[in-house]
Amino acid sequence: MINTLGHLAMAPEETAILDKILARHAKDAGPLIPVLQDVQRQFGYLSRENLAYIARALKIPLSDVFGTASFYAQFYLAPRGENMVRVCQGTACHVQGSGGILAAFAAALGIDAGETTADGKFSLERVACVGSCGLAPVVMINQQTFGRLSPEDVPLLLAKLSMPLGEPQQKAHDQPQEDAP
Amino acid sequence: MGITLTIDGQRTRVPEGTTIFNAARELGITVPHLCYHPMLSVIGACRLCIVEVEGMTSLPASCSTPVKEGMVVATESARVVDARRQILDLLLANHPEDCLTCEKTGDCRLQAYAYQYGVQRSSFTGAVKHYDADENNPFFIRDHNKCILCGRCVYMCAEKVGANVYTFAYRGFEGKIAAGLDTGLENSPCIFCGNCISVCPTGALQPKLIRGQGRVFDVDKVQTVCPYCGVGCAISLQTNQGKIIGAVGANGPANNNLLCVKGRFGWDFIQHPDRLKQPLIRKGGELVPASWDEALDYAAAKLLEVKTRYGPGALGGLSSAKCTNEENYLFQKFIRLVLGTNNVDHCARLCHASTITGLSYAFGSGAATNSIAELEEAELILVVGSNTLEAHPVIGFWLHQAQRRGATLIVIDPRRTDLAEKADLFLQLAPGTDVALYLGMMHVIVDEGLHDREFIEERCEGFAELAAILPDYPPAKVARMTGVPEENIITAARLYAASKRATILYAMGITQHTSGTINVASLANLAMLTGNVGRPSTGIYPLRGQNNVQGACDMGALPDYLPGYQRVENEEVRAFFQEKWGKPLPQDRGLTVLEMMAEARAGNLRAMYIMGENPVLSDPDMAETEAALAKLDFLIVQDIFPTETSRYAHVVLPGASFAEKDGTFTNTERRIQRIRRAIRTVGESLPDWQIICQLSARMGYPMEYPSVAAVMAEIASVTPIYGGVSYDRLGDRGLQWPCPHRDHPGTQFLHHERFAAGKGNLAVVRPQEPAEVPDDEYPFILSTGRHLYHYHTGTMSRRSYGLETFRPEPYVEINPETAAKLGIKEGELVAVATRRGEIALKALITDRVGPRVLFIPFHYREAPANRLTSPALDPKAGIPELKVCAARLTKIRQVEEPLGEVVYTT
Repeated sequence: MINTLGHLAMAPEETAILDKILARHAKDAGPLIPVLQDVQRQFGYLSRENLAYIARALKIPLSDVFGTASFYAQFYLAPRGENMVRVCQGTACHVQGSGGILAAFAAALGIDAGETTADGKFSLERVACVGSCGLAPVVMINQQTFGRLSPEDVPLLLAKLSMPLGEPQQKAHDQPQEDAP
Repeated sequence: MGITLTIDGQRTRVPEGTTIFNAARELGITVPHLCYHPMLSVIGACRLCIVEVEGMTSLPASCSTPVKEGMVVATESARVVDARRQILDLLLANHPEDCLTCEKTGDCRLQAYAYQYGVQRSSFTGAVKHYDADENNPFFIRDHNKCILCGRCVYMCAEKVGANVYTFAYRGFEGKIAAGLDTGLENSPCIFCGNCISVCPTGALQPKLIRGQGRVFDVDKVQTVCPYCGVGCAISLQTNQGKIIGAVGANGPANNNLLCVKGRFGWDFIQHPDRLKQPLIRKGGELVPASWDEALDYAAAKLLEVKTRYGPGALGGLSSAKCTNEENYLFQKFIRLVLGTNNVDHCARLCHASTITGLSYAFGSGAATNSIAELEEAELILVVGSNTLEAHPVIGFWLHQAQRRGATLIVIDPRRTDLAEKADLFLQLAPGTDVALYLGMMHVIVDEGLHDREFIEERCEGFAELAAILPDYPPAKVARMTGVPEENIITAARLYAASKRATILYAMGITQHTSGTINVASLANLAMLTGNVGRPSTGIYPLRGQNNVQGACDMGALPDYLPGYQRVENEEVRAFFQEKWGKPLPQDRGLTVLEMMAEARAGNLRAMYIMGENPVLSDPDMAETEAALAKLDFLIVQDIFPTETSRYAHVVLPGASFAEKDGTFTNTERRIQRIRRAIRTVGESLPDWQIICQLSARMGYPMEYPSVAAVMAEIASVTPIYGGVSYDRLGDRGLQWPCPHRDHPGTQFLHHERFAAGKGNLAVVRPQEPAEVPDDEYPFILSTGRHLYHYHTGTMSRRSYGLETFRPEPYVEINPETAAKLGIKEGELVAVATRRGEIALKALITDRVGPRVLFIPFHYREAPANRLTSPALDPKAGIPELKVCAARLTKIRQVEEPLGEVVYTT
């Protein structure tokens, strides 16, 4: 059986939130990106139902909405973990062996870069530069930066994370936005 | 004026703005290219068409670089060739080298250029992309590994089709063409027209059915006309060793190479094992195989027996809008001359009978006034009661292209169709309130003085009478009658009246009402009031639903008209035909389809000859149709498949499909086009025209024609509007009637300077209620119609692998509000009942319908919508009210299986 209007599957509360965001940008000349940003701020990522709803409301083809959302690194198309692990792969970090750091995180968490653990605790990401080249190789976990790491440090670091890191975890979504490519 | 330049040593002069690519092409030089396509805007993605221009440091892409005075261009210099090799090398770095088994071998541009430039294998090593193919739909495969990211599919879908399925998604190395949300075509807004396949330069897009059946060098192509709707798209059937293996679009005037899903993927019914392969005769209650001689002798004897015993009035025939003009002509001739009755009709009665009555009254001709290609230049297009994107998809593409060029689109429909979503203005009226809405619009037009006084004065009659009733229908009152907001009525009226090139398209939403004739006349009123008729890109298009329903009407397969809309009751007309045909004609008008069924139930009509129709499923109130057929003494059914109707037959005659015969179809824009035989007839089946001739001969009236061209010659001699039509003139673009003589070029649009009837008639019509309105017992309004993937009673489309696999199940559309109130969830089984019957089917929850409206497609025999529909008739046209009846909705049970994947459309 087919449901040709997928977004009708959304809960009324979710619809209300989206309507509010859409209303806020009703007069924008190019509302798509601001709407996507606000929706992601609200839900942490952009669900398919949300994208379909936004496309219909803005009268923009669904494919264009998806093309935009998938192009920019700032948008997430799947729910993210409570903790964001960003392993820098910039030039300085690369020279200092960041490849090994990324591999160590991947092995310890059992996921590849761009994925989230099954329990929803961790997401692993490769990033281009976090601006702390002096500390290379660098990893950012949530808002905190860890430098001069070696692959052996990784399990310890993750063990620490099972304890509170001294920052509100539920704010994990409010990361500084990365530079658009 | 112009620009002079030199290309590969040849001097040439071209208009300013021409690209280097096109300037070269005019000199006969084709610059290698992968993304450029003449149907699409310049994409500029592949860089293969680079050329060297003296004085320029870089190599510009010739497809997107305009010529400049004095340019000296080299298209194959050493530098260019070197760069092209680099580009091909890079493309091949991510392309599988499986040409040996690739379907596209021989027809692949990448392969051709690799060969031309001698790039054998990529010199790049490193990471290679691996993607799973997108192949979970039954129509075609997207193999991203063969995709070169040229973007042709993206542009085709966005510019020509309007479905906007594809996008360049992700970025960098990960970049790929995604459909919808990149969860597979079947979950995207894809309409599976496959026009992207036709422009793909590599094997990235491939139809499923052709796999392993033959490659370009194995295949023959025959250009013919699509057998589905009335648009009349030119189509080429691909054959390999006498078997059809595929279909592609051809460059016809109605479709410019485009096709819809039915045209491209719906052809495989032709070779379905269910085809009737030999005649059948009922013996001892069973239909058993018989020889042609046996079956025809028996049929002839039985028809003569009924005629002798009960008189010609006890006989009747249904002709077929799926058969050719020649076949329809011979069929009505047979019924009239051999059976001796005017009891001949066909399914046009169920779709556009009210168009013929309404438009004939208004203009003097019941056909579409203008041509499909004129839509491109229209300023404003008003689409009324037509789900164009699903029922006439290729006209939907024209609408999209017109909108892209700046045309305003207004949609009036009780359902929020996909076209309504795209409209600049959408008027969602309550079903059956059309006349009121147009009176409201006319009120605004006349009240604000927006009508075309000069046009009305010179060319129309009845204005004073019409104007006199308009004060009774101010927009505020009409808003209450129709449910359309007052300001939208006013805006629509002003926009339509203000446009000098405004055109109206309508379909069953207008005609299938007890008020069908007055609905049509109201639309004609609107056109005449504003002078929007008789010029290019204006007028009214009744969109015809069957490939040859226009032709079947033209040929006189109607109880009141002889070929060319010549009235059977007119003595002079009869005298003319009597002289031509050499036999006296019955003088009284005959019975319509539904009258025949009623007379059969009453025991007065005793034998019928039904060719290529399935009234059990297509006619309203199925139980009554079945009772009628069951009561007949003798029934001949001639078809390509066993149908719900042939179950009642005493003799079944196997006809040949459109792909197995020659002839002509006339499309919705009056264009007579040739169909051509692509394969031998299946089994012992025969072209319908030969069956009619053989039966006629056995009944004492030999009809002998050496070919269908000879039949057309006779048609031309008795049908003034076809007077100049002959096979040697038709070619690949056909002729549009009226074409009165051999030197006449055909008629692009009607009513130029003068209406067919002389003056146009403005009709004084007032709103009337549908025959059945909702009440406490039956609180919903039930509407029926088509959806994109099936066609009519499904005899053809449900035997197509792709169409049937994709949409195998009947459903009823229910508004979310209604569903919530009744506790109905998506996919649950519900019962829909009316005063005539009840069917069970699954619920589709959608806001396409309003809270009080239900919609059921009528394609499915397992939940036949026409068990429910009302046989109430339009008094003038005899068309049944299939769009409105009162219904009840109840939940049957919860579904156990989980719901399927969700489809997202926008």
